[in-house]
Amino acid sequence: AMDTDLSSQDRKDLDKFIKFFALKTVQVIVQARLGEKICTRSSSSPTGSDWFNLAIKDIPEVTHEAKKALAGQLPAVGRSMCVEISLKTSEGDSMELEIWCLEMNEKCDKEIKVSYTVYNRLSLLLKSLLAITRVTPAYRLSRKQGHEYVILYRIYFGEVQLSGLGEGFQTVRVGTVGTPVGTITLSCAYRINLAFMSTRQFERTPPIMGIIIDHFVDRPYPSSSPMHPCNYRAGEDNGAVYPSVEDSQEVCTTSFSTSPPSQCVFTVTKAHFQTPPPVVTDTLKVPVMGLAFSHQLSSSRLSYQPAALGVASADMGYPVLFAGGLNAAHPHQLIGPGKEGGVPPVPSQPAHGTQADQERMCTPLDGVHYSAATPSSSEDTETVSNSSEGKCGSPHDLLETIFIRKVGAFVNKPINQVTMANLDIPFAMFAPKNVELEDNDPMVNPPESPETESPLQGSLHSEGSSGSSTGNTHDDFVMVDFKPAFSKDDILPMDLGTFYREFQNPPQLSSLSIDIGAQSMAEDLDSLPEKLAVHEKNVKEFDAFVETLQ
Amino acid sequence: APSSRCCAPPSAAPAMNCRAEVLEVSVEGRQVEEAMLAVLHTVLLHRSTGKFHYKKEGTYSIGTVGTQDVDCDFIDFAYVRVSSEELDRALRKAVGEFKDALRSSGSDGMGQISLEFYQKKKSRWPFSDECIPWELWTIKVNVVNLANEQERQICREKVGEKLCEKIINIVEVMNRHEYLPKMPTQSEVDNVFDTSLKDVQPYLYKISYQITDSLGTSVTTTMRRLIKDTLAL
Repeated sequence: AMDTDLSSQDRKDLDKFIKFFALKTVQVIVQARLGEKICTRSSSSPTGSDWFNLAIKDIPEVTHEAKKALAGQLPAVGRSMCVEISLKTSEGDSMELEIWCLEMNEKCDKEIKVSYTVYNRLSLLLKSLLAITRVTPAYRLSRKQGHEYVILYRIYFGEVQLSGLGEGFQTVRVGTVGTPVGTITLSCAYRINLAFMSTRQFERTPPIMGIIIDHFVDRPYPSSSPMHPCNYRAGEDNGAVYPSVEDSQEVCTTSFSTSPPSQCVFTVTKAHFQTPPPVVTDTLKVPVMGLAFSHQLSSSRLSYQPAALGVASADMGYPVLFAGGLNAAHPHQLIGPGKEGGVPPVPSQPAHGTQADQERMCTPLDGVHYSAATPSSSEDTETVSNSSEGKCGSPHDLLETIFIRKVGAFVNKPINQVTMANLDIPFAMFAPKNVELEDNDPMVNPPESPETESPLQGSLHSEGSSGSSTGNTHDDFVMVDFKPAFSKDDILPMDLGTFYREFQNPPQLSSLSIDIGAQSMAEDLDSLPEKLAVHEKNVKEFDAFVETLQ
Repeated sequence: APSSRCCAPPSAAPAMNCRAEVLEVSVEGRQVEEAMLAVLHTVLLHRSTGKFHYKKEGTYSIGTVGTQDVDCDFIDFAYVRVSSEELDRALRKAVGEFKDALRSSGSDGMGQISLEFYQKKKSRWPFSDECIPWELWTIKVNVVNLANEQERQICREKVGEKLCEKIINIVEVMNRHEYLPKMPTQSEVDNVFDTSLKDVQPYLYKISYQITDSLGTSVTTTMRRLIKDTLAL
């Protein structure tokens, strides 16, 4: 009946309320994962710009991402706005922590007053969101981010995808608001099996990998929006920073550092493709070009089963070092993880940072899907860049990310299969490099690996992958060898994590074991009086000896 | 000028149509204050609006409520409160008294603190105004004594987890969108809201507490009321 329909003014108001509610929801969630305490001031005089009478700052980048995801639409039945929060370690592993869902269902409340009741209830719901964002496990994790991991967010619109949260995830309902066009519900699904992954674990020195090992998920939804760091430090220069955010895929000023010298350290900086940044391991910072995150790249599986989807292939290995390994000639080569022996070639592109090209703010991996690009022959490597062309017009965003696999020692592979960017790192010869470099450098071109097949040094690559060695020596891309050290998939299928766990606690040396120690101690004690008696007898000799020393 | 006092003391039992919610926590002595503040602030976050500014023709505009994160020192927990120093002071005062009473009561460390939201109903002289509660939150507290540092550390985490659950419970209640006083006209605003604070406007509320003795009966009943003039110092 007509009288129960919304007036057009009410409808307009309602749409506006829902839109701004969605934007504010995203702000609250992302700001709650920045890792900092949030503080806004109350103001008794209405400023006119504080939606829902709450002082919630607007981080421009976040608003931009939200608007992009919504693309002018509003949450509706089957079209939910989701904010995905995930964690990414300095080693490159990531996992989804939470999905916040803003959904609309069909239950309408025709009687409710839009401009008054709905508005106030939306305000109340935002307050609930403020409260709830502090009580899920990810909050405490996000407060401790920065050193060994960061928290990322991703906004998408459409169907809710909860599969990345692992088994047994829990949900908490933030609240609902009935409106004449449907009921808005806001809820959060969060992973619970990080419960053991308390922040204390992260305060310890690594290995993080041992903890995360079970949480890797192949990303089944390749064409998804990019991850962004929550830890947005633009601060005062929001205005200044933001335009250039649009150049590179995301601004990333997060720096990682891990204390133990064995860890590689890297800094993620915005894209400025001038010279290859020096990459130094041990504890120095490594500038990373541009985008350091891609959710696909960051999901890896530590087993040797080739993954159907997602980067997660055994070949990816672990860990992945993000480093700005750039070749002067091809500044934007993407060392993409892919199946062994095949890396999507990405044509070099001019420096991204020089152009403020709005359209390129597309998702870097729209339709580009590393796992799909699992070429066994070089022809297939076209798929990556081509498919991205279709979607967002440029694989530029891809190029801004350079990932270098830190290939471990004892990788037994002919050099032309092992490529390395121009890096000065330990075991550099095993790191991926550009084929044209340093042929004479013994560090780069080691002598032939020994034939011996010790269990550890035995062929560390599967038969299947070595076949691809013939291809892909194309200059436009570098290959990455993804075999981690100490992996042996021919003798025992064992992934790095398993190996690590196994060998983490070697059996104690018998001489150090308590029983034997105690035994010999007891024996020693027993024999003491006897020994003393003997020495007493020989006192004169001892004295004489001492005299000779004086 | 301070509005008339609400003369009737808070009722021991909630009146009809008054929502009553009870939360229980077990905490160590030094955690009492933070735990109480976390709960009270979370409730008041939902029960405070910006300041009303009435305009002509009965319309009004509403000020902006700011919020801030509070980290607990003795509990692995953080919560959000309204950005209002006055409100925070008032709550800290009440919670401080509650904590002192708990400590000095010599009981086993059991008590409860109540936050009651009420409306004033003006009566004609000689009758005093009525206070009609519409929502009552009661936090039952059990103070435990811990033997060593390790237990304390576990307690920090456990209480933090418990408080997370309480926040979720509070939000659930808030989300029911049950009775709230009607938005008042300018002449009625002081019957519904506490307008004495300069930056935010909570619904009229009062805080009281009771200490339970070891027999489990409320032998010592201390009633405190927070009223505007107390706040105004």
